[in-house]
Amino acid sequence: MAELEFRNAINQAIDEEMSQDENIFLMGEEVAEYNGAYKVTKGLLDKYGSKRVIDTPISELGFAGIGVGASMNGLRPIVEFMTFNFALLATDQIMNNAAKIRYMTGGQISMPIVFRGPNASAGQLSATHSVAYDAMYAQFPGLKVIYTSEPDDAKGLLKSAIRDDDPVLFMESEQMYGLKGEVSEEEDYTIPIGKAKVKREGSDVTVIAHGKMFHVAKQAARQLAKDGVEVELIDPRTVKPLDMETIAKSIKKTNRCVVVDEQHPFSGFASEVGYLIHRDVFDWLDAPVVRVTLPDVPAPYSKKLLDEWLPSPDQVIDAVNTVTYRK
Amino acid sequence: MTASKKTKTNKEKKRTPGKANGSIDKERARDLYRMMLLIRNFENKSAELYTQEKIRGFLHLYNGEEAVAVGTIPHLSEEDNLVGTYREHAHALTRGISAGSIMAEMYGKQEGCSRGRGGSMHLFDKKTNFYGGNAIVGGGFPLAVGLALGDVMQGKDNITCCFFGEGAVAEGEFHESMNLASLWKLPLIFICENNLYAMGTALGRSEAVTDISRKLDSYNIKADWVDGMDVLAVDKAMTEAVKYVREFRKPYFLEARTYRFRAHSMFDAELYREKKEVEEWKKKDPLVLFYKRMKKQGLLTEKDKEKIAMEVDMIVKEAVEFAEQGTWEPVEDLTRFVYSEPEEGE
Repeated sequence: MAELEFRNAINQAIDEEMSQDENIFLMGEEVAEYNGAYKVTKGLLDKYGSKRVIDTPISELGFAGIGVGASMNGLRPIVEFMTFNFALLATDQIMNNAAKIRYMTGGQISMPIVFRGPNASAGQLSATHSVAYDAMYAQFPGLKVIYTSEPDDAKGLLKSAIRDDDPVLFMESEQMYGLKGEVSEEEDYTIPIGKAKVKREGSDVTVIAHGKMFHVAKQAARQLAKDGVEVELIDPRTVKPLDMETIAKSIKKTNRCVVVDEQHPFSGFASEVGYLIHRDVFDWLDAPVVRVTLPDVPAPYSKKLLDEWLPSPDQVIDAVNTVTYRK
Repeated sequence: MTASKKTKTNKEKKRTPGKANGSIDKERARDLYRMMLLIRNFENKSAELYTQEKIRGFLHLYNGEEAVAVGTIPHLSEEDNLVGTYREHAHALTRGISAGSIMAEMYGKQEGCSRGRGGSMHLFDKKTNFYGGNAIVGGGFPLAVGLALGDVMQGKDNITCCFFGEGAVAEGEFHESMNLASLWKLPLIFICENNLYAMGTALGRSEAVTDISRKLDSYNIKADWVDGMDVLAVDKAMTEAVKYVREFRKPYFLEARTYRFRAHSMFDAELYREKKEVEEWKKKDPLVLFYKRMKKQGLLTEKDKEKIAMEVDMIVKEAVEFAEQGTWEPVEDLTRFVYSEPEEGE
């Protein structure tokens, strides 16, 4: 294992894949000469040249669709969005073309393409720059969605995403790029898409959290352990396809579940997981599933309001206390 | 017959209106007329089948605009890519997709070129590099630019030809794509089928600058316009376009000024234009004009016309039979092709 920053784990994944397959290319705003808005793509222009590491103008819809066209023509594009908050401009190409063309053409056309970049909030950036979009994309058949929380997952899953023949939305976080973690040094290390990971074992309650919220849940779990409550912490890593098997297995053991999610409550990840738990393991539940989400409110700028808005470890602890009837 | 002639079946040749080279002889005159008539009759038959509810969904017909597809598409090589709109039956036919598989697609049968998954607005055929059937206005632009980029990155000399209506130039995708196609010097031909109405909105009501080719100045793309009712003029303009793109490896923009004789779709009372205007344009019917001209030059005869009409009738009749006899994809297949699946036998 080697300790790597999140951004370097992503960089390694892209680098390793690009060195193995010349059909892979990278495009997006500031990915080449600027070395990436968050330095994720540092050094790749020097290594692979401007034909394979392409700076684009601020034309999200245009370059996302160009990626789709290139993918239909046999290439394997990695399209970087400076944030998924800007990718909203590209949704026609992602949701209508990338997602549907294989189906609509009766399987004639393959669509290997990765759309990646930071997702959700990143400090005091206010309403337009703070939305988590993973569940929105997961709504669409044809898309796969990954939102990782730690460098090791990011590396292994991004390599799998690049090799996948379907469009994959791969999500990161501005606030996690500097996060360090142990990353496997195994040669050609990949993690299969659609596999959750039990990142902390516990017998009292299952907590499901992905992306940035994994770290919030982890803090809560540490605090709860001091109070004698052992949390089983599951990071789904892949939002779609979701690994319900791992979740169900854990709930059969703990009989209680909290879902932590940095999305608004209506039709979010937590509401879907909550439903699936009731569908699959209702009889094992000793308490209704409780979710911790954003309020149904846009992100505020003010620090005081933002802290109130974003799910916190205390809210997770409260939710755990609710499902364990400790309050 | 030599072996090479045998391998390149006459079937292909029959479907497409001859080798385009900007010149005209008896054979090409027959080919061009046959293709335009096939489109006209295929569209009329489709309208009839729509009223019989054999074809459902939305149906957009190409009557009046035949000279554009027929004057341009035969200039493309087999390897070149084509991106169309939702008014694309003519492009599919001219590209050489069989009338039967297009009709079957509109019936929703699995013998259709998109397996009955796409319908009239989403014809696709990977074999002929026919990439839609794009039914979100403007959505085809970036796809075309991406296809061209893909060719360049793979060292291929192909051209990508992107069709769209004049209404699409109001979309952001148009402007983003023109900029990038030019900036990255990609081999594309953009063909604007300007039929004056974006559904029911006249050009002057949607664009501040109605001379569309002027817009291309700001993207440094060479642009020209052509009388889209005159197949030979289109043929000539496309000869120039292809020559330019193959030589300079840069995009080219061709506006074909044309007119849609029928309604926008099958649900359109056409309150936005005068009947008189439609009648005026019908005097410029590309089939009638072309036939008159060819007859005068001795390149087409009354007998040719009759023979071609019979041939075309047969193709349309067979297409309908093919669609009628087609089969429905089993409901068990509903969930197939949402994601990649292993090749058969894997």
